[in-house]
Order: sequence, then C-alpha cells, then structure tokens
Amino acid sequence: MSADGDQLGPQTKAHFPLLTRQVHGKPIVYLDSAASSQKPRCVLDAMNSYYETINANVHRGAYEIAAQATEAMEAARAGVARFVNAPSADEIVFTKNVTEAINLVARSWGGANLGPGDAVVITEMEHHANIVPWHIMAAEKGFELRWIGVGADGQLDLSNLDRLFDGAKLLGVTAMSNVLGTLNPIRRLADAAHDAGALVLVDAAQYVPHLPTDVQALGADFLGFTGHKMCGPTGIGVLWARAELLEAMPPFLGGGEMILDVRKDGFLPNHIPHKFEAGTPPIAEIVGLGAAVEYLDDLGMDRVREHEVSLTAYALRTLEERYGPDLAVHGPSEPACRGGVLSMSFQDIHPHDLSQVLDDRGVCVRAGHHCAKPLMRHLGVPATTRASLYVYNDTSDVDALADALGAAGEFFAR
Amino acid sequence: MAGLEDLYREIILDHYRNPRNRGELEVPPAVQAVGFNPLCGDEVIVYVDVQDGVITDVSTGGQGCSISQSSASMMSIAIKGRKVSEVRRLVRAFKHMMSIHGTGIGGTGDDLDDDGDTGNGAGDVKLGDLEALRGVVKFPVRIKCATLSWNTLVQALDETFA
Ligand SMILES: Cc1ncc(COP(=O)(O)O)c(C=O)c1O
Repeated sequence: MSADGDQLGPQTKAHFPLLTRQVHGKPIVYLDSAASSQKPRCVLDAMNSYYETINANVHRGAYEIAAQATEAMEAARAGVARFVNAPSADEIVFTKNVTEAINLVARSWGGANLGPGDAVVITEMEHHANIVPWHIMAAEKGFELRWIGVGADGQLDLSNLDRLFDGAKLLGVTAMSNVLGTLNPIRRLADAAHDAGALVLVDAAQYVPHLPTDVQALGADFLGFTGHKMCGPTGIGVLWARAELLEAMPPFLGGGEMILDVRKDGFLPNHIPHKFEAGTPPIAEIVGLGAAVEYLDDLGMDRVREHEVSLTAYALRTLEERYGPDLAVHGPSEPACRGGVLSMSFQDIHPHDLSQVLDDRGVCVRAGHHCAKPLMRHLGVPATTRASLYVYNDTSDVDALADALGAAGEFFAR
Repeated sequence: MAGLEDLYREIILDHYRNPRNRGELEVPPAVQAVGFNPLCGDEVIVYVDVQDGVITDVSTGGQGCSISQSSASMMSIAIKGRKVSEVRRLVRAFKHMMSIHGTGIGGTGDDLDDDGDTGNGAGDVKLGDLEALRGVVKFPVRIKCATLSWNTLVQALDETFA
C-alpha cells in the first residue's frame, strides 16, 4: 500500500463536519461523492459569512454592502477561472448545475447552429444530462445524433476515428465516466473533432473535482461542471466557453441582469458572461463555490489526484483479494487510467438490496443506473452498486466497504 | 431504525429466489403493461388475461430488487382467478398498507388511494402473505419497489377496459 493513499484522507476528514456524525449508531462511511461531495467547514463558513455580513443583490446597488456582494461574486468567478485555467473570467458563466450548462449550449448554440444534415456525436457512456438535451434538440432541429460505443475495459471504441466526425458540428463527451471511472482521451478526440470542423463540449462534472483541469490544454470549446461534486454547495454550476463562441450565441434565458437595454420593440443583450445569467444569481452559492476551489487549490489538485489513484489501487486490490470472481468492478482495471468510481456487481445480489445492507452498517453507496441507462444496457446490467472516493476517504473507508460487502453476502446467503 | 429482518422476511426472499407466475402471456388475448422505477432502473412487465370480468391468467417479467420482484410474485398469486372488482379492492388495500399513513408512522404518504376513495382502503380485504411486505414501509425509499408491480397491474387493467 502506498503511503499517499492514506495521507490526505485522515488529514482532510476533520475539515468536513458531516463526517463526524453517525448513521444507525455507526460512524458514517461516505462513499457517494460521485453523486455529491461533502462540504468542508470553510465553504459553509463562507456562505454563512456572506449572509451575515454582505447579503444584498448584486450589480445594481450603489451602497456599500451591495458593492461588497458584487465583489465577492466576481472574485469567486475569477477564482473559478483560474482553477480551470480559463483565459478570462468573462468566459465563466454561472448556471444552476452542469445539467443547465449543457442545456444552455444545446438550446443557445445548438438552436442557432444545428439543422438537417448535421450531426452531433456523443458517447454511450454519457450521463443523461449530456444525452437528453440532444434528443430534445434533434427532434426539434432534425439533425443526426451519432454514438461512440464503449468497448472492452470500459474505453471508448475509437476504431473509426478518422470517419467519426464526418458532417459533425459538435462532439459532446464526458471527461470521466460517472459509472466506469474511465478517463477519456479528450485532447485526442478534440483534435480529431476540430480537424473535421466540429466543436467540442466536455462534461467535466466528474473531472474538475478530481484532476487538475486546464480547459485550454484539453482543447475544449465548451466545458461544464457542477459545484456540489467539488466541495461546493448545490444550486451552482459552471459553463466555461471560449469568449468568441459566447459572444456569437443568442441568449438562453431572458430577464433582468442579461440586458443592456429593453425597449417596447426589443432588447439589447448584456456583455458576456452576464448575457447568460438572467435574474438574481445564487450569490451565496457562488461565494461557496469560490471557497471550494480555494480549498481544493490549497490541498493541491495534483495531490488530490495522487491520493485518489493510490486509494483506488488499494480498493481494487482489497476487493479482488477478498472476493475474487464474486465481485466485478466495471471499467478500466488500471488505477492510473481511471477515477475513484467503483461500480460493482456482487454475486447475484441486486444493487438495491446490497446498498440496503451497506446502509445498515453506515456505508453510503449508490445503487441504480446512475443516470446512464444507455451505458447500463451496454453493460447488460439493470443497475450497479457504486462506491466513489474523494479527498476525505482513506483506507479505513475501503476496509469498511469490504467488510460490509462480506456481511451482505452472508445476509443473503442465509 | 428498523432492522434488516423487518424488510427481508423469509417469505420475501423465497418469492425472490423462486418467483411464481413468471414469464409472458400472448398479447392478445392478454394485455401487457410496463412499469419503471426511475430511481433505480427496475422494470416490471405485467400481463393479465381478463375474461368476463375475471383475471384468468397473469404473468410478470422484468428485473429488479428482491422487494419489487417478490411483490410481483406474491401479487400474481393473490390476483389469479379473482374478479377484477375484488382485485381493485386488493390493490387499494395493498397500497394503503404501503402508505406511511396506512401504518400510522406519520408524515404524508405519497401512494394513497388514487381514485379518491378515502378511509382505510378496504378494511375487509385479506392481504394474506402480502402482509410480509408491511415492513417495507419503515424503509421509505423502498416503498416504490414494493408498489411498482401493483401500479403496473392497474395500468394493465385500465388498458383492458379502455
Ligand atoms: C458525468 C456527469 N454529468 C452530469 C451530471 C449531472 O450533474 P448535476 O445534476 O449537478 O447537473 C453528473 C452527476 O450527477 C455526472 O456525473
């Protein structure tokens, strides 16, 4: 066992108030961060402090606290931009979550640019958030929705990469699968898509929280992520897009904040990013997200990644040693090629039943299709039991999971 | 906290391992309905053959957890050969048992009678083996698993008489 796997976890656990609680009389073992992460004290404090000291609506008031609220919001935007190496904070659009970020691209960019004869290419391992908006737009605009399949070891099947993007206007791809943990070759895909004249939208919901992210190095044109999976609050997500794309796109939602002028015969949209932020934004959540990226920056994203690789390796090894062929972990077997998402099939115990016994022992995992039904059909399973790792997990959590699996096996063998 | 034994009664696991009336019926004369539990991806298919107001045959298919599958299996036994009017009363009684109101735990039940019928569902209806599923109510997320096949049955009956 590498020492790294156990260094970050025990040290950071203390930063997360929720992780001190018990469930069903047992210490909580939180292994569902792929669904939503826990929040460190500093994020909760930042949001409270916002409400207690500078709460006011932004961008309009001439008084002191309104200016401070605006400043806090824009400082968070700048922090988020730095965190993903965006060239400018003006390219950071705040949304409700990554789902809204993708819908924004589908509606606004897709509505203006897609029609019959065009194709949008997505993959079989997308989350529904990067499938359904394209189904909706395809029905409306009559373009082709083309799929990249999943092959052996949970990798995308890129055997026909040279023809894949013929006639395509956009590639939509997840940077990391929320079911398999697969880290997709975004740069390679982006280069191929760009060569064919297609733009690239990256669903980075599972990537930004776990790996150092550089939107420019990835070669993305649009990239979305969601605050609640990266130590931030719910209700806040981000769309990053290249400035000239945002400039050219029509507005998404209309209302206050997104206009420069409104007359009886029309309106003039605001400058980016405000053009895409209609109505009062979730200010406290934006401040919270700002605190979250600061927290992750302080830990160091390289270290976060290193920690998760070695803890994933420990988990894969432990589960293999204890359960052998009784337990299948879907997705890449090499820890360096994947994230800390372990989608398991255990004996013939249904994931819902398995997670129920795990819950009884305080172990929080997710059972279900993980909003990736096309992928589940490909895997040939109705559901999996997913354990996912983050900065606060350590080998003791993995051991608790392994013990609980054994208990479930015994319970259902009676 | 309710114990796991409250949920996983022996009879439930037995129906899960050896489901009764499992398979397909020819459509028509049978009618088929598919139900989804969007939460976990479980799917239940219910086939019913209704002749002269009586359910002469029933079959269920699909995939799911022990609660949804055993509930479908027990349901098939409980309704086979029964009059549709009796079965509708049984559905009400079962869903009443599966509502948080029904067992007096408190809070707002989400699976109460959907036909405007108030009161205790159907007090005179005997649930028999189905009583084994009563413990599910203590695990609110699992209620949808237990009621999936019953809601799908109602769909199939509604279709029969549509
Ligand atoms: C890969 C991926 N995309 C999109 C989402 C949707 O995130 P949200 O519900 O915050 O919009 C998730 C998480 O649920 C995810 O894992």
